[in-house]
Amino acid sequence: MTPSTPTKSLYELFSSMRFAISLFTLLAIASVIGTVLKQNQPYTDYIIKFGQFWFTTFRWMGLFDVYHTVWFVSILFFLILSTGTCIYRNLPGILRDMRSFRAEASEQSLRHFHHQAEFFGTIPSTHALEQYLTQNGYAFRERPLNGGTLLAAKRGNLNRLGYLFTHSAIIFICIGGLIDGNLPLKVEQAMGLKHIETRDIPESEVPAISRLSSSNLSFRGNVTLPENDSADVVFLNVADGYLVQELPFRIALKKFHIEHYSTGQPKTFASDVVLLDKKTGQPILSRTIKVNHPLIYDGIAIYQSSFGDGGTHLALSVWNLNGPQATAMPLTGNIHDNTSIQVNQQTLRLEFKDFHPFNIESIGADTTPTNLGGNAVADHKNLRNAGPSFEYKIRFADGQALEYDNYMLPVLIDNRWFMVTGMRDMPNKPYHYLRLPLDPQSSLDGFMRLRAALMNPDMYPQIAQNFARSVLPDSQPDEQKKLETSTIKELAMFAHGGYPAISDFIEHNIPANQRDQAAQAYLKILELSAWQAYTMVEAQAHQPAPVQNDTTGWFLRDSLNAINDIQFYGAPIYLQLDHFNQVQSSGLQLTRSPGKNLVYFGSMLLVLGVFTMFFIQERRLWLLVKPGELLLTMSSNRQTFDFENEFSRHRQAIAKLIQEN
Amino acid sequence: MTTAHALSRQNFLSSLSIFDWLYAALLWTGALYAFTKYGHYMDVYEKGFLFGAAAVFSALGWLWKPIRVLLLTVAGVSLFGIVDYQGDLARANHAFFLKYLLASQSAIMWMSTLFILATLTYWLALAMRSQFAEKVGSALTWSAVAMGLIGLMVRWYESYLISPDVGHIPISNLYEVFILFSIITSLLYLYYETRYNNRSLGAFVLPLISAAVGFLLWYAIDRHAQDIQPLVPALQSYWMKLHVPANFIGYGSFSLSAMVAVAWLLADRGILASRLPTLDVLDDLMYKSIAVGFGFFTIATILGAMWAAEAWGGYWSWDPKETWALIVWLNYAAWLHIRLVKGLRGAFLAWWAVIGLFVTVFAFLGVNMFLSGLHSYGTL
Repeated sequence: MTPSTPTKSLYELFSSMRFAISLFTLLAIASVIGTVLKQNQPYTDYIIKFGQFWFTTFRWMGLFDVYHTVWFVSILFFLILSTGTCIYRNLPGILRDMRSFRAEASEQSLRHFHHQAEFFGTIPSTHALEQYLTQNGYAFRERPLNGGTLLAAKRGNLNRLGYLFTHSAIIFICIGGLIDGNLPLKVEQAMGLKHIETRDIPESEVPAISRLSSSNLSFRGNVTLPENDSADVVFLNVADGYLVQELPFRIALKKFHIEHYSTGQPKTFASDVVLLDKKTGQPILSRTIKVNHPLIYDGIAIYQSSFGDGGTHLALSVWNLNGPQATAMPLTGNIHDNTSIQVNQQTLRLEFKDFHPFNIESIGADTTPTNLGGNAVADHKNLRNAGPSFEYKIRFADGQALEYDNYMLPVLIDNRWFMVTGMRDMPNKPYHYLRLPLDPQSSLDGFMRLRAALMNPDMYPQIAQNFARSVLPDSQPDEQKKLETSTIKELAMFAHGGYPAISDFIEHNIPANQRDQAAQAYLKILELSAWQAYTMVEAQAHQPAPVQNDTTGWFLRDSLNAINDIQFYGAPIYLQLDHFNQVQSSGLQLTRSPGKNLVYFGSMLLVLGVFTMFFIQERRLWLLVKPGELLLTMSSNRQTFDFENEFSRHRQAIAKLIQEN
Repeated sequence: MTTAHALSRQNFLSSLSIFDWLYAALLWTGALYAFTKYGHYMDVYEKGFLFGAAAVFSALGWLWKPIRVLLLTVAGVSLFGIVDYQGDLARANHAFFLKYLLASQSAIMWMSTLFILATLTYWLALAMRSQFAEKVGSALTWSAVAMGLIGLMVRWYESYLISPDVGHIPISNLYEVFILFSIITSLLYLYYETRYNNRSLGAFVLPLISAAVGFLLWYAIDRHAQDIQPLVPALQSYWMKLHVPANFIGYGSFSLSAMVAVAWLLADRGILASRLPTLDVLDDLMYKSIAVGFGFFTIATILGAMWAAEAWGGYWSWDPKETWALIVWLNYAAWLHIRLVKGLRGAFLAWWAVIGLFVTVFAFLGVNMFLSGLHSYGTL
């Protein structure tokens, strides 16, 4: 035994299984942290979630990107070291063992085996025994021993190779993984050679210290390309910023395709891309990339990873909802762009967020009961396409913003057509929808004219007069006048506060027992005044005179409801989408991972190793043949149940051989 | 024991009976027929899978004879169900055989019922020490497996009836893989049952499968999960046919080992000891089941990585599902090291195998429930 030195004891430690198991445990715990704590989120999210103190602590520990921290990578290093020393320690013995038949065993040592059996009688010839061994898959060596012959046999040598395969596999996989991880980048960052860019600036302005050359060994970056645009860099997301990775070529997106199943779920995402020579701009090749079908060029794999709007052009009509105007103002905008408009002495900033060319929605609740028998086919009859929609934000002077979601096409609700617009004051909350009724010409104009009239105090006297005359044609002028006055008052109340203002008024001025009746009367006045207003504005606009029927009745009621609801809409404008020209964008991921082949090779070794280790059993068997006497002993590196069985099977078989002899 | 010996025998092929050859011939004829009839719809991988399946199932049937009967029954009944559809999905709701037996939902209900009956029967057998009841339990389990497989086969066909572009192998979401899990775990159990010629462990393994069935029913009734949904683009890959089954052999094996470990722990305390196999047998079964599970889980994880390299842009993204697969793998790797290198046996390893089940269940279900990531194909 050599004296224990620090090197020696370190070697002992690293090659010990205890150390390996500890590393496994450490690796598992670290991995758990990385799954429980969502990785690589924007730092602000973490600050909101954990507060400044824990944010700083966690960031210091690297918990927001566990798998790339120095300590995590160190665990992997130690795993390589541990496995490596373990192989170094065990391999010579294993190779020796594999070659050896242990034919040098003495009779005394054989008799110490736990698994042994002795037979007496007419012993079969060595030849017959050798045949038996061969039949059972054993290779053997023969030597004379103590006046007899020793047959030293073995089977399942490959089992020992399994050890070598599995353990070297781990080394290959870890090294491959470290090559493809961002290890070199980490080193460069630590040395101050590279710096993470956190500013939101155009790519061309990113300084060289935040750019990686196209000869970079391995990377995994993303780029979003609108249709008919191109790029020669990708962005690597690191911590709270990014780095710009130069590509050895330029990639252009011709067209992004998305196909859908009839249920609206996406079926195919595909990008028609062209790779261009960076210097000459000449096309190198053009391909269609799909999910599960990447393009590999020059060691760089290009994947379809996401999609979005690439700046769809919108042609809009801006309706003023609060003023007395009944006409719309044209406006154009692009998704992802912002624009400012002036409305009622207010500056509003419009931020166009997203565009959806169609919306598959389920109408009404799914009423089909769960069917536990029969076939498993969803009933999709309650689905329909609600057409294009776009989302935008309106930001007010104080910086507050509301979000809107407007549909281009009218929607049929209770057999009446409406334009629908959703509003919410917080992201991720459901939208509340405002419904604007369409007039018999299927246009918003009728509603907008009516709304403008009901918002315009100058119109009230005429409306009130027409109304009073129509309901009290034969009454005294002063009675008519009285009705007119209260009508004007009610119209003003409604224009300023909607139904709640009227109900407030009733509550404060009418005795409790007459309120219901009064409310009915006020509603009636409002509806009939609206009818008068509507006939007036339609005549002014040279539109056909409204017909007094149910349809018009519903139109008026819906209009009043809409005018009432507008006060909760938050914005003084409604944007109607007239035309659009869709531009899509495709998110591509580009990776270079030279370690992949090493990892795959390691994986193959691992599978090979695992199966040879578990399913090829190593057996050693000795037969010491002496005249009238036979000693059978067996050993295995794994004391399994199967080994016990095999031993007793050989014992019986040999006993039978002796009997038959 | 037959298998190990059969393998070691050099005259394995000559030991095959006429029925073995007939069975293989039938499989290959079926594969060739499918190839000539539908070959032009298949890509090179699918052609590979078709003949690969014929080879794998021939070998499986030769090594473990009951598989022959099972597969031929499943094939025959499934084909009957498919023909009975006459190309019209609506027949599932009025054609007698489809409505009550063979339409995928009906078949899966039968599978569920049979598994629960099998559990009760195995318990009865354990309580009464009745060999007859044990045999009935086995038969019920075999029938449940057959009905489950028929259900999946018919479901596969139904998906194509909805629309050719919707059609896909029914192992694409949590509902479908739960059926697969029940089937594979039962088959693994049944294999050991024949191999060890002992049926008393059914009382331990079947309750776990019944729990899976319970989940399946809840998932269908409460979440309407039984509808056939088209595949999202990321799942449209030949890798699915390799990755998912390999994974479930792993999960099934680990589950089996945990239930055997429970039996071991009880027997070790003298509970039911006289009705269960000896501790040595239980220990051996626990080890083998973990070894098989580990092998297949390793393959499945590697296949998953290779698939991820095609679909997500990298063979390893530290996605929660990937990470938990690694944790499961490390857990059982450690278990196997302790057992094989240290030669440790007994209560410690049995407890560890039981805890392993919880780790596995978390990787299988918990990740879908609590953690979001790329691999969110079966959300709860």
